[in-house]
Amino acid sequence: MIDFVKRLFGQSGSSATAKERLRLVLLSDHLSLAPELIDQMKHDLVEVISRYVQVDKSKIEVGVERQDASVALMANIPIVSVHRPSGGTPTDTASPPIASPPAPSTASASVAAAPNVSSPGLDRAAGTQAQRRKRRRKGAAPGAPAPAVTPAHAT
Amino acid sequence: MLVDADIGLRNLDLVLGLEKRIVFDLVEVVEGRCQLRQALIKDKRFESLFLLPAAQTRDKDAITPEQFAALIDGLDEYADVVLIDCPAGIEGGFRNAIAGAKEAIVVTTPEVSAIRDADRVVGKLNERNLPIRLILNRIRPEMVRSGDMLSVEDVCEILSVELLGIVPDDEEVIDTTNRGEPIVLNEAARLRPIYDKIARRLDGELVPFTNLDAGGFFGRLFSSLKAG
Repeated sequence: MIDFVKRLFGQSGSSATAKERLRLVLLSDHLSLAPELIDQMKHDLVEVISRYVQVDKSKIEVGVERQDASVALMANIPIVSVHRPSGGTPTDTASPPIASPPAPSTASASVAAAPNVSSPGLDRAAGTQAQRRKRRRKGAAPGAPAPAVTPAHAT
Repeated sequence: MLVDADIGLRNLDLVLGLEKRIVFDLVEVVEGRCQLRQALIKDKRFESLFLLPAAQTRDKDAITPEQFAALIDGLDEYADVVLIDCPAGIEGGFRNAIAGAKEAIVVTTPEVSAIRDADRVVGKLNERNLPIRLILNRIRPEMVRSGDMLSVEDVCEILSVELLGIVPDDEEVIDTTNRGEPIVLNEAARLRPIYDKIARRLDGELVPFTNLDAGGFFGRLFSSLKAG
């Protein structure tokens, strides 16, 4: 009788729960069984991000975390310095110096500006910082892990 | 031809009622202590059915996948179809059983633990590029209807494997295995047409699936039997 009442009010039986639980558990099973996939993804992520900023390749952490109702890719990619567009770096001058961070990632950006910075570059770097702070506030949505940003030590 | 690959946990002989006829087993064949033909047990009821029993007193490491594959190759001259009963798990026994196989049938029940394991097995079989088909066993249509059991569609979607058959849960199976008689011999058995359809699909025939949903499975089954 209770079951009947439950169903009357649109609550499905336990099969829906089983399906959702299986979906999540198989997703994390498949990811943990494919370390080479994570490695390849890490390699590609670094390649893309390196076009814009210099990252510390030895401290990169990419992993998969199980949350309440989803499985998320977590990337922790420390930034060493920002490529200056004038310096013939692969950065395209038309695009903004900092690309949108890859999907749900925690960008732990420890930014230290390079020593001999010429003034236009410094301006640009300062702009970058402002942008970054702004992004941080925006990014601090409820539930989303706030990226830890260390202020730059401009020389 | 049936091959029991579950070395150490031999049971196919028992469910077929052939346990008293066993003289040699497949490990003894591999070790050269008897001829292959001496180990084959001819079924009491079917002229063309043979069983190659597993060893009961040995363990899974008694033979290697290469030896097992060679053994299965040797069965070609005795049978058109060789069904290998694979032990549970993904360890040595599983590796032996799939070494000689050309395709795989994954049998699972609509329960979370069974499906997670089936998914792992499907992954292992995919690594070896074996074609896979799925039999969903012991499904209870009334529970699926009330939303308390994963449906055939749910399981196929989760596992992404082609469906070979749907076998409803039926206590007749317990009764026939108690006696050691294949259920398909019982003309009145509700599951007989189900197994018949699976066999025909394995043989390459296109056979529509029984709709377990509409109007109660057994009611439909009986009406279809009447209709011939």
